[in-house]
Amino acid sequence: MTDGLDRIAIDVGEVLQRTVTSLYSNLVTRPTGRAVRMAIEARLQDAGERSLSLIDLSEVVILDFSCADEVVARLLERSQASLSHEAFFVFCGVHEPHRDQIQTVLERRGLAAVAETQADTFELLGDRTRAEGLAWIALEERGFLGNDELDDTLGDAEGRVGFDLIVARRLAFRSPNTGRVHALSQLVRHIL
Amino acid sequence: MKVLSVPASLDGQTVDGFFDQVAVVGEGRTLFDARHLSWIDPSGMVGLLVAGTEAARKQGTLPRLEAPESADVTGYLSRMGFFEAAQEVFDSDPPARRPAGRESDVLLEITPIAANADVHEVVDRVQSKAGAILTSKLGYPATAVVQFSVILSEVCQNIIEHAEAPGWVAAQSYNWARRLGRNVVVISVMDVGRGFRGSLGDEHSARYGDRWGDTTALDAAFLHGLTRFPDSGRGQGIQQIRRQVRRWDGAISIRSGTARIGQVPEWDDTPPLVDGLEPFPGAQISIVLPAKAGE
Repeated sequence: MTDGLDRIAIDVGEVLQRTVTSLYSNLVTRPTGRAVRMAIEARLQDAGERSLSLIDLSEVVILDFSCADEVVARLLERSQASLSHEAFFVFCGVHEPHRDQIQTVLERRGLAAVAETQADTFELLGDRTRAEGLAWIALEERGFLGNDELDDTLGDAEGRVGFDLIVARRLAFRSPNTGRVHALSQLVRHIL
Repeated sequence: MKVLSVPASLDGQTVDGFFDQVAVVGEGRTLFDARHLSWIDPSGMVGLLVAGTEAARKQGTLPRLEAPESADVTGYLSRMGFFEAAQEVFDSDPPARRPAGRESDVLLEITPIAANADVHEVVDRVQSKAGAILTSKLGYPATAVVQFSVILSEVCQNIIEHAEAPGWVAAQSYNWARRLGRNVVVISVMDVGRGFRGSLGDEHSARYGDRWGDTTALDAAFLHGLTRFPDSGRGQGIQQIRRQVRRWDGAISIRSGTARIGQVPEWDDTPPLVDGLEPFPGAQISIVLPAKAGE
């Protein structure tokens, strides 16, 4: 890949067993979530200037709100505060039993995230405006958009504002080489 | 020795009156007379443990427990793990162990909650039985076991994060034929820690001024999600538990200090707020999840 993104795949179930204790099979309690989040952050420290992490929750059976807050919402919030590293995230294995917890913690912190909610189906979860949602769907359908395609694809000024916001919120990736904006779901396909 | 009669029926409906009696025990030593106990549920069992703990703390000596005369009640208490938990709380003679028969029908035995590892244990342990009970007895979808486990996790974490004292959790299913005409699952989580007023006081009491008390603290946490943590991501546990319990048309109530606040479904005639109770430490949470109508 020549887009300058370090791609990292992290299996949260494996991190849970390795980091906390092999006896725990569920992602519950805030200290457990905090330990898993810190282990993920440690992995990201080795990444370059930009990274795209695929956070795989498919092996997690129970995910409570405390852990969802640490492993999803706080992970995003803290990564966005970093000045030295531009981190993008996609959460996969977000099946129906996890969805409510993740949606809730993201909304609570005013965050949004790209999630694979069924095989090959990606959604934008959390707090977003209508314009951001529509822009994200338009990008998701196309896979990527060049600057010359934006007006035709996004329509009015509201669509363009929404598009700029999803890029600024790292819900889409603008390649520093080509200027194209890519749907994160397209960028993680080969590491899914 | 002061004798305190345990009500013949000790459950979510009678436990507040029982706590009120314990709250006013004086010096000396108390004998909890449970000989005439004929019915008890998780709120009663865990309530008996916190009542004994409070009596011991007030009187500086373990209270005595006179076990129920009914073999059925004693057997049920044994299956729920009551006598094992009671060894730390009461000076009592546990009944002779009966040989284990068929597999226990208990959803979640009385489990002490003192550390996060205990919450993991509760969630791990409840998986196998909860799935079967929630689907077969309550008519919930198979995935309900996840939300049920999340409720248990969040409500048990409440003890660790806010009580700063140990507590207990237990859960069991019942057929409320007369009261509701449906099966229910009853979850009880109780501690004798700081209570909601104590947990929230440093951060929020000034804003309430003279109105600050058990009722306002419960109202702030239960209805408005206030927490002692400044982080915006905190304080979700009770709010999310309430939301899930409402989805299942269930009831949840919390007693802390002199007040009890609840989220009351249509089928329940319990008042949503009771105050003026005798001051009792900690927090006592009761959740009732009914079968889907028609099950």
